[in-house]
Amino acid sequence: MRYLDEYRRPEPVRACIREIAEALGDRSATLMEVCGTHTVAIFRSGLRNVFPDRLELLSGPGCPVCVTPNAYMDRAVAYCRRPDTIVATFGDMFRVPGSSSSLEKERACGADVRTVYSAMDSLEIAAQNPGKKVVFLGVGFETTTPSVAATVLAAVERDIKNYYLYCGHKLVPPALRALARDKDIAVQGLILPGHVSTVIGSEPYGFLCSEFRMPSVITGFEPLDIAQGVRLLVEQIAQGTARLEIQYKRSVRPEGNPKARRVMDRVFKPCDCVWRGIGNIPGSGLEIAPEFAGLDARANIEAEVEEERVDTGCICGEVLRGVKKPVDCPLFGSACTPVEPVGACMVSSEGTCAAYHKYGREG
Amino acid sequence: MCLAIPMELTAVKGEAGTVRMGGAEKEIRLDLVEDPKTGDYVIVHAGFAIQKLDKEQAEKDLALIERLLDSEVEGGA
Repeated sequence: MRYLDEYRRPEPVRACIREIAEALGDRSATLMEVCGTHTVAIFRSGLRNVFPDRLELLSGPGCPVCVTPNAYMDRAVAYCRRPDTIVATFGDMFRVPGSSSSLEKERACGADVRTVYSAMDSLEIAAQNPGKKVVFLGVGFETTTPSVAATVLAAVERDIKNYYLYCGHKLVPPALRALARDKDIAVQGLILPGHVSTVIGSEPYGFLCSEFRMPSVITGFEPLDIAQGVRLLVEQIAQGTARLEIQYKRSVRPEGNPKARRVMDRVFKPCDCVWRGIGNIPGSGLEIAPEFAGLDARANIEAEVEEERVDTGCICGEVLRGVKKPVDCPLFGSACTPVEPVGACMVSSEGTCAAYHKYGREG
Repeated sequence: MCLAIPMELTAVKGEAGTVRMGGAEKEIRLDLVEDPKTGDYVIVHAGFAIQKLDKEQAEKDLALIERLLDSEVEGGA
């Protein structure tokens, strides 16, 4: 597959690893990969085992499923229980536990819950089921949000009146600001998310260098991309610089994708929101703009939502911030496993705990 | 959740298009990219093209990789 396979060839990756070791020298370095897709890609590629031992990689909160609060899942569950409602969702939300139930459990009890690959598929479900309300669970960062916005616009254009969005979208740069301010996190460089940045470009990350002197590299997801991104960061650490660089140039332009952003900005406005395990991060969420209030599930569909139960004993918040590792959690691998997950980090295909569990990492 | 891969655009029909990767073809949405043309490679995420691949940049990457591999062979590595 062109423009993919070439970045998976082992020899260039090996050469890059040698350069990393040389640039690192005797020093140690701790980097954070912000994005859950990077956590999984780094594990799956085997790179964790070939990076120098003195290089530590921490996982961050960039898994939109993992940071969705129980309260969001509880309202989604409440929508499931309405006989007049079909709930449509991206697949990775399906098994995420809320306070006492999940979409999977609701479907087992007879609720009409459908997983979709594309947000547009959920609109088709609405078009084909005019007698039902269809609620789409809008979860994801800036990679995904424009496509959900485009679907909202299509719903209006096609005058589909039974389509609703339950918006749980979040923004990455405000979360990075919260991370950079967090005194508990000791990281010397950030591996920034390549596909979020494909949409937002590099400009929103400028504060990382100008305010926090944090070396940051926007990195792709193939083995060579990751190796190159890490090399650029280690070289910066060795030189004592703090620059924002783009490794993933074939997809990320400094200006990002302005058209995708216009679509996103038309349908959504920033708001404060709670990140599971972390708390409120100002300006880090999105809500539906007034022009599209008619499609807002929260405003238009009644739901009996149970009281949110938050304290389960898991340390998701500290894992998501990179302060603790999954193995530090008393529930990891015993009370909390992929089969019987307590928290979203263990369920999500890109959750830190799920990745550590699957790839057998002891820390 | 940020999975996206480059695929070749083989047909454009308004806001919809067909992409090919390997032997498989599928329908995707083009609402988010400017002026898509057949032959473009687009980065596809959850059924939408989110950007056009910068082919010039990608070709530069590939040339660099090839040069590196050639020099490795010559160096007897």
